[in-house]
Amino acid sequence: MAARKNGPVIALGVVLAAGLAAPLLTGSAPGFYLEVLIGGLMAGVLYSLVALGFVLIFKASGVFNFAQGAMVLFAALALARLAEWLPGWIGIPAGFPALALAFVLATGIMIVLAWVVERVVLRPLVAQDPVALLMATLGVTFFLDGFGQTIWGSDVYKIDLGISKEPTMILQSMFEGGILVSKEDLVATVIATLLVLMLALFFQKTATGRALRAVADDHQAAQSIGIPLNRIWVIVWAVAGFVALVAGMVWGSKLGVQFSLAQLALKALPVVILGGFTSIPGAIIGGLVIGVGEKMAEVFLGPPLVKMWDLAGGGIENWFAYVLALLFLMVRPEGLFGEKHIDRV
Amino acid sequence: MFYRENGQFKASYVEDQQILGIRQDRWFIFGLIAFALFAVPYLASDYMFRAVLIPFLIVSLAAIGLNLLVGYCGQISLGHAAFMGIGAYAAYNLVVRFPQLNFILVLVLAGLIAALVGILFGLPSLQIKGLYLGVATLAAQFFIDWVFARVKWFTNYSPSGSVSTAPIEMFGFKFDTPTERYLLVLVVVIVFALMAKNLVRGHIGRSWMAMRDMDVAAEVIGIRPMYAKLSAFAVSAFYAGVAGAMWGFVHLGSWEPAAFSVNFSLNLLFMIIIGGMGSILGSFIGAAFIVLLPITLNQILPVLGGLVGMNFGTALASHMEFMIFGALIIFFLIVEPLGIARLWAIGKEKLRLWPFPH
Amino acid sequence: MKLQTSIAAAAAITAALTGSLLPTSASAQAKEQFFPVLSYRTGAYAPNGTPFANGYVDYLKLINARDGGINGVKITYEECETGYATDRGVECYERLKGKGPTGAAVFHTLSTGITFALTDKSFTDKIPIITAGYGRADSVDGQVFKWNFPLGGTYWGAADMLIQHIGKKEGGLDKLKGKKIALVYHDSPYGKEPIALLQERAKMHGYELSLLPVTHPGVEQKATWLQVRQSRPDYLFLWGWGVMNGTALKEAVAVGYPREKMYGVWWAGAEPDVRPAGDGAKGYNALTFMAPAGQGKVHADVMKFVHDKGQGTGPKAEVGEVLYNRGLVAAMMSVEGVKRAQLKYGKKPLKGEEVQWGLENLALDQKALAALGFAGFADPISTSCVDHEGGSRAKIHTWDGNKWVVGNDVYEADQQVIKPMIRASAAKYAQEKKVTPRDCAKELASAK
Repeated sequence: MAARKNGPVIALGVVLAAGLAAPLLTGSAPGFYLEVLIGGLMAGVLYSLVALGFVLIFKASGVFNFAQGAMVLFAALALARLAEWLPGWIGIPAGFPALALAFVLATGIMIVLAWVVERVVLRPLVAQDPVALLMATLGVTFFLDGFGQTIWGSDVYKIDLGISKEPTMILQSMFEGGILVSKEDLVATVIATLLVLMLALFFQKTATGRALRAVADDHQAAQSIGIPLNRIWVIVWAVAGFVALVAGMVWGSKLGVQFSLAQLALKALPVVILGGFTSIPGAIIGGLVIGVGEKMAEVFLGPPLVKMWDLAGGGIENWFAYVLALLFLMVRPEGLFGEKHIDRV
Repeated sequence: MFYRENGQFKASYVEDQQILGIRQDRWFIFGLIAFALFAVPYLASDYMFRAVLIPFLIVSLAAIGLNLLVGYCGQISLGHAAFMGIGAYAAYNLVVRFPQLNFILVLVLAGLIAALVGILFGLPSLQIKGLYLGVATLAAQFFIDWVFARVKWFTNYSPSGSVSTAPIEMFGFKFDTPTERYLLVLVVVIVFALMAKNLVRGHIGRSWMAMRDMDVAAEVIGIRPMYAKLSAFAVSAFYAGVAGAMWGFVHLGSWEPAAFSVNFSLNLLFMIIIGGMGSILGSFIGAAFIVLLPITLNQILPVLGGLVGMNFGTALASHMEFMIFGALIIFFLIVEPLGIARLWAIGKEKLRLWPFPH
Repeated sequence: MKLQTSIAAAAAITAALTGSLLPTSASAQAKEQFFPVLSYRTGAYAPNGTPFANGYVDYLKLINARDGGINGVKITYEECETGYATDRGVECYERLKGKGPTGAAVFHTLSTGITFALTDKSFTDKIPIITAGYGRADSVDGQVFKWNFPLGGTYWGAADMLIQHIGKKEGGLDKLKGKKIALVYHDSPYGKEPIALLQERAKMHGYELSLLPVTHPGVEQKATWLQVRQSRPDYLFLWGWGVMNGTALKEAVAVGYPREKMYGVWWAGAEPDVRPAGDGAKGYNALTFMAPAGQGKVHADVMKFVHDKGQGTGPKAEVGEVLYNRGLVAAMMSVEGVKRAQLKYGKKPLKGEEVQWGLENLALDQKALAALGFAGFADPISTSCVDHEGGSRAKIHTWDGNKWVVGNDVYEADQQVIKPMIRASAAKYAQEKKVTPRDCAKELASAK
């Protein structure tokens, strides 16, 4: 196997590090710099939550699930609406108890959804090429979008996790005015960490987890030792659905549960590209890199660009994540932690 | 019975290389073109022109462009609407800064500018392929979206960010009735579709198909990947650019950067998947499908709802549209992954024998 | 799948598609006036578009139920979902403009983007477009924009009024020198409209204007508000729509920007905008024009004739909210335009051109508004050939956590600043689009 070319990677790394350090060197307040950095890291954690779902499904079945965003929306809608309706239906007190029960019910709904998707969409398309599967998941996206809004409604709904929305200031002694940290984002980080730990435990310690890893490694070998492929796929989609539910809960609490949550898939794509389609640590690191890159670029790169070229406003973060992912792709076509793809003629 | 080729012999190479070899095919296609050119202007209503025929024709041209890239050359592009946007803005800037230019020339120049940008954004295809290339094209889509929204020069310093165009005037003749616009678009589309059909039958098209089927093997036998892939991007972007210029000038009249967003790109992709990848006819069929579907649903759903006794509000109708759209895509992918064009081809095959069994 | 089944499926689909193209049965030549309703009940802007559409349709139902139509001519209407997207808006327009015995009476687009697109078509289709409180600011000039009616206000006027208000707060417009004003705006024609005026005023008074666009749908605002936190502007104008407004307020809470310093345009100051932020939205201010929140005589009628009979378009609790009231007023403008036109053309279904005359000669004073039941919920409108706005006033209202508290100061736009801008912009449009401006004096003389 040819050794990987390290020159371009190092060059890219140097450029990015320079870009990262530039604001500090050109005189921006260190306190504010830290704020943006921390804000970026937190945003990145939220992106990784969505990207995790992508990676899980791709690892186990080779399908790129464009519908992950729609699943996040569907799960969040289910959670929000059930939490709203349960007190009326069975008299459980509103607030935390209703939310907890709604969470359990929503998990069940996602499992049923996973089973239906595997039966109706994946099984008939098993031998098709990746583009067709991608398009099928796009079809699932559209269907879930419409279906979710038909059942649960298309208004903006609240998920109240009981976290205060007021900002906290830390390190007030070191930096004037302190550094702004959002409590909500902190809780999101904790939840994401717990989720990753749970997933790691699941994959390493349980039999099903081991079976999933076997299927991800080699479908045919796994089948030949008796692992039921179809059932594994249902499990994988169900786990991805659970991840989508957690992501939806966190995002929904932050933004409110509404239609635009489905666009998160487009935001999480660069994360998966960067980290590699088949790597869970890649999804997390990729998320952090993209999050930091985006926010830094928007806050520090945007205004100088606007002044230089007389642009009508910034808004760089729309494409920065993608361009960043593209640059990484040019030097590492499989992503940072992805598996090298060998073409056979 | 009607479609048999008995008695139709090819006596020269020229006859052998015809696009429409069978006489019945020739009658059908020429008849269709004659109908479209001479009968439809008198039969169709204004609404049909504005809301159905003109968008269908323009969008099918863009779908042909995308099909050349995705269907014939195998490079995924999720951001083709950006090239349409480049064509539209290029045409706008040309018309604003050089008002004396003929509109057809403007269209061609706009297409060429889009082709140049297409080559630029096709460069990643030399290194990456498959899904990753799709993401690279998404990067192009978002970046180009941003450029047109931010760089004020492109919108001629319009304070609202949206541009509007005067009615098209060529040789002193104003194209402002829907019929005239329809005829203009129809002629352009016929010419370019013919060009595309010949391109894919020639050696460029064959090199594209070789890259699609197995690019390593193609390189081994001497097809230069750079030329093949970049020419595919260039031609595809050219078509998209011309289609975009027509979309802006003929159909919309005034547009904002959001008119060429990623949703449009995904729609284009659906068109060629449902219609048939790797088939010019498929582009037309897919375009017709996607253009007509929302209109059909809007008419049918209230009727169906009335039958079932449900009152379909517009919100519910809109959600149902999404659901039916998604379900149809999945349906077509399962039933006929090669698209409706394949069904059409199978139908023709059966028709050649009918009513005889073999 | 078997070939026969797929052929059957293909045939069915083709039949359905071609069937949808057949013209829908022409409505009988009844005494009916058709009102198209372009609305958006799905997508990122649905929370704001839905109450407006409900108010609009409720009023049309009220006129039918209470008055038996407009002077005996029954109202028919049809909704079309635009999703705030320009191309769907154009498609809805094309589909609905020919419906009814005489075609559509008047269009409300509720979207500046769709307005831009339809303005170009209005010259050939001859159907008026009412853009009450939105649309093109230069369409006040009726000589160029014969078919546009920005009744009650435009964005240049709104921005002007906000500057006047904060000038008043500071103790004089001259005190604005050196102050920092940030505009957080929706990255669309709607959000970009006020920039021209704010820049003009910045030159006049010397304040520093910073522009912060937010891309559709407007949920990604973290970086925007980090920049706000860094630059700490003295005042912040919010020009958002749909979910962007709620998100902006939530992000303002998250970065600790005082809501008292935030001022929203009249489309960024309604209940769906402040409710998502909960208590955090207390102290947020916005412009209110024409229709503050509350219930009056017309609401009592709506309850009696529409909701109590089970014909209400939306939930009862919505009646009286800011956007619902604005929908009521918008429908009232349409109906009054038709009524005025009927005085000249007769009590029958009218064409778009005839309704245009009615809208151009509206004269609704306080007495007329009170008779319609809109006392306190609408401002007098008086249009003419040159002035399609008809007068524009606004107040500032503040959210106290439960309801909107309306201030006492009334603001009117400074015409000395705005009129030249309108004239220049309208002239540019006429030149670009090769539109011949009308001569209002001549038309008035020939009408006599």
